[in-house]
Amino acid sequence: MNARNIVVYLGGILFGFGLAYSGMTKQEIVLSFLRLDDLGLIFVMGAAAAITFVAINIVPKFMKRPVLGGVFKPRVSELTKNTIIGAAIFGVGWGISGQCPGSAIASLGTGNWPVIIGIATIFIGAYLRGRFINN
Amino acid sequence: MFPLGIEPYLVGGVLIGLGVSLVYIFTGLHATQSSFFTTTLSWFSKFGKFQGEKELTERDWRLALALGVVSGAIIYTFTLSPTGIWITGVALWRLALGGLLVGFGTRLSNGCTSGHGISGLASLSRTSLYAVITFMAVGILTAHLLAFLGVV
Repeated sequence: MNARNIVVYLGGILFGFGLAYSGMTKQEIVLSFLRLDDLGLIFVMGAAAAITFVAINIVPKFMKRPVLGGVFKPRVSELTKNTIIGAAIFGVGWGISGQCPGSAIASLGTGNWPVIIGIATIFIGAYLRGRFINN
Repeated sequence: MFPLGIEPYLVGGVLIGLGVSLVYIFTGLHATQSSFFTTTLSWFSKFGKFQGEKELTERDWRLALALGVVSGAIIYTFTLSPTGIWITGVALWRLALGGLLVGFGTRLSNGCTSGHGISGLASLSRTSLYAVITFMAVGILTAHLLAFLGVV
């Protein structure tokens, strides 16, 4: 384990603790958001994005480069057809199952064992995308 | 609108943001989730797409991130969780079919609720904004359609 991976692991602990604390590891809560019965998920994503906004846009004004080296580079990507088609397919899967990639991984830590099935099929979906779709 | 209050959502979101920020400030990496499912395949598939530079250089830290996420959830379950271990009642076929679409879709879109929804929006990425609007709208429509059809 190098220093980078240790920091990433610690960040992951905060991420997973936060996902579990906010109830995102309970697929029923995510589905109740998508049925617009409980809008709390907006606060999870909003608060996380607001804090991260500071790290990405403000912190680099005071630090030349990351503590362990590397470069500060915002996460921007090109908008393509696949961005939107993929997001729509994800939306269907999200609405069917209440799972997204991060919350599915965190669900393993809350003992929510049926989600192992979801993790397995997320891998299969990622494989099919890489194997059969170019770009 | 908020039958469970907003405190768990707000506090959880802040913790997630702190985790992503810690990683970014120390390493410049974006701690996003869905890429894990592609980079991890590089250990199992020799197919060229899974053996690219991104997959081979990122797979170790993305595994560390996923292990951290599981660890954090375990810590929560055995400390602050009022319910302890909690098991979903969502039908297994929904977890399976939904997962398949989540895996395919997020990798096609190059991001998920964390990649587009947290790191992308925090980067003021227009691409991520369109992706978030799309998966939110389609997710809401899908959940309503299933409820309307009485699917459980």
